[in-house]
Amino acid sequence: MSNVALEVRDVVKSFQTDTGIINAVDNVSFQVHSGEFVALVGPSGSGKTTMLSMLAALLTPSSGQIIIDGVDLARMSEKQRVALRREKIGFTFQSNNLIPFLTALENVELMLRLNNRYNRAGAVRSAELLSRLGLGERLANLPGQMSGGQQQRVAIARALIHSPTLVLADEPTASLDTERAFQVVQTFAGLIHENQRAGIMVTHDLRMCKYVDRVLQMRDGKLVKIYEDRKEIDALGHGE
Amino acid sequence: MIGEPGNWNPEKRVMNTFFLAAYLAFKETWRNRGRFLLVSMVIALIALLVLFIAALGEGLGNGNREYISRLDAQLIVFLDKSDYIISASRLDQNSLREIRRLDGVESAGPISASNTAILLLPSTKVQKVSLVGVDPNQPGCPPVLEGRVFRSGNARETVIDRNVALRTGIKVGDIITIRSAQGTKDKFYSLKVVGLAAGQSFFFQPSIFVSPNTWEQVRPKGEAELNNTVAAINVIAVKMQNPAQLEAMKQLLTSQVTNIQVADIPTTINNVPGYSAQQGTVQTQAVFTLLIGVLVIGGFFQIQILQKVPQIGVMKAIGSTNAMVGLASVLQIILVTVIGVAIGGGLTYVFSLFFPPTIPLVFNGQASAFAVLVLLAIGPLGGLVSVFYAVGIEPLKALKLS
Ligand SMILES: Nc1ncnc2c1ncn2[C@@H]1O[C@H](COP(=O)(O)OP(=O)(O)OP(=O)(O)O)[C@@H](O)[C@H]1O
Ligand SMILES: [Mg+2]
Repeated sequence: MSNVALEVRDVVKSFQTDTGIINAVDNVSFQVHSGEFVALVGPSGSGKTTMLSMLAALLTPSSGQIIIDGVDLARMSEKQRVALRREKIGFTFQSNNLIPFLTALENVELMLRLNNRYNRAGAVRSAELLSRLGLGERLANLPGQMSGGQQQRVAIARALIHSPTLVLADEPTASLDTERAFQVVQTFAGLIHENQRAGIMVTHDLRMCKYVDRVLQMRDGKLVKIYEDRKEIDALGHGE
Repeated sequence: MIGEPGNWNPEKRVMNTFFLAAYLAFKETWRNRGRFLLVSMVIALIALLVLFIAALGEGLGNGNREYISRLDAQLIVFLDKSDYIISASRLDQNSLREIRRLDGVESAGPISASNTAILLLPSTKVQKVSLVGVDPNQPGCPPVLEGRVFRSGNARETVIDRNVALRTGIKVGDIITIRSAQGTKDKFYSLKVVGLAAGQSFFFQPSIFVSPNTWEQVRPKGEAELNNTVAAINVIAVKMQNPAQLEAMKQLLTSQVTNIQVADIPTTINNVPGYSAQQGTVQTQAVFTLLIGVLVIGGFFQIQILQKVPQIGVMKAIGSTNAMVGLASVLQIILVTVIGVAIGGGLTYVFSLFFPPTIPLVFNGQASAFAVLVLLAIGPLGGLVSVFYAVGIEPLKALKLS
């Protein structure tokens, strides 16, 4: 059995609003192992983005623990959290993913530069990774010159290039047509498995679940169901 | 193990932050060079304006003070209660003799100024000049660049400011005619040009120099003064043996010579009528232009930061430090400003080559260098708010937009 990359224990996040306190994330616990690709699904407002923000150390839980690679985020200084984000976490966002004035290759290399690990070998690896994602001809293109799907694939390369422990993807397929979406998620899943990363993808689109190993379903801040069975997962994609 | 993230040694981390910030600042500026060039051009125009205003201030100031600032003297003696105004001061030969006798005075020379002598050219054109009476080779008498100094006494000889020569074509050896009102009548006097002096503007006019006696004879006079024989002295220029003892000499002069007041050269210049007001006006213009520059640059960078919120959110979410993001903004502002000021300086130089000599522009290295320094500060000053804004952007913004 591979090791636990991420452990979430009894995490609660409550917000004070005009109508009172709401628990955007309500007592959630789960684990993700290295080499595992997990989908986080649920209706709008169920707490998916809030959960992801906490995993990325961008938001502090009201209570509970988040442990990445054996270290509790609550015990880190803000500085260490910034360092954690650039060393241990890979990110893709729904939109505005890339730095607009850097080329595809430079966007990927940026992750290495941030970690002071940029060198010739790193540049070669970045280019190779982009080629694997089908962007071999697009290395010198600026984000504005690429389609949404191509940008999303650059973001995936950026999220993986620095060998993070945890890869977080918020709605990576939201701006893509179905055909592209399948391709992107499939490649993503392949790379996560191959490189033994722990991956979490937030998605609205249950059909994308056919490439993941488990599905965590949230509702009203609670983790209501975990699908682990292949058949059940595949059924999700066909059902709704 | 994650252990202590970001644990590479501090020195390396600082270097990496700096180089990465410079890399990002440069890439962003280069890839949006059209837009940033536009901002640089705005800065360039402001630089052009400020440098011209500075040159104009210098030029106008020069027109007023050139002669005085070039005096080979440290102190100017005025009539008491004349408020250091040259034309309001009247001294006599006794004061001059007393001053010359004082210990520590190397030499002293009388200066008599009249500002409406008019020079008649072969054509009907006239050139207004300041007519200045001074003792040859005494303080007050300008160094002669070409020819020789006029003789003392009644010799009808003159040394003229090179600017007069340039504007009129008069050469050493020529005879010039001046027109001068004597009481109610206009009289004409001939003077032989025996020498040329460097630029000696005084009261905004180029100057011609004659001996005190000659000055008294040919200067414009009112009816009451027609019978004067001894030259009236306006002020006395004092050259000290030891210029370091300025204050002591001032005290000595006021205690030993009656009915006088003493000023150093800067004070004398500041009290030239209109000089302070004029310099104040010019400086106000420059300050306001700079202020507009600060606001324009500030506005631009603020707008561009607002547009960049998602991008900066992403930068921070993937682990950029605030220091790096802030530094990148600062470096970018500096880059754009430096380019703008460089273009502005170049434009100023090119334009200055084509400016007519009648506009009193003087590009003084010191004043221009100061203006350039201040101009370089307007970018960072204007961009300060935007830099703080950038540093304050929450990385959560990157996720919330999804
Ligand atoms: N900063 C906040 N202040 C107050 N309430 C918040 C805040 N952030 C989130 N919430 C609330 O928490 C709940 C969960 O929000 P969240 O954005 O995590 O949902 P989500 O599952 O990502 O929804 P969607 O699928 O629409 O993106 C919502 O009711 C939301 O209104
Ligand atoms: Mg969401």
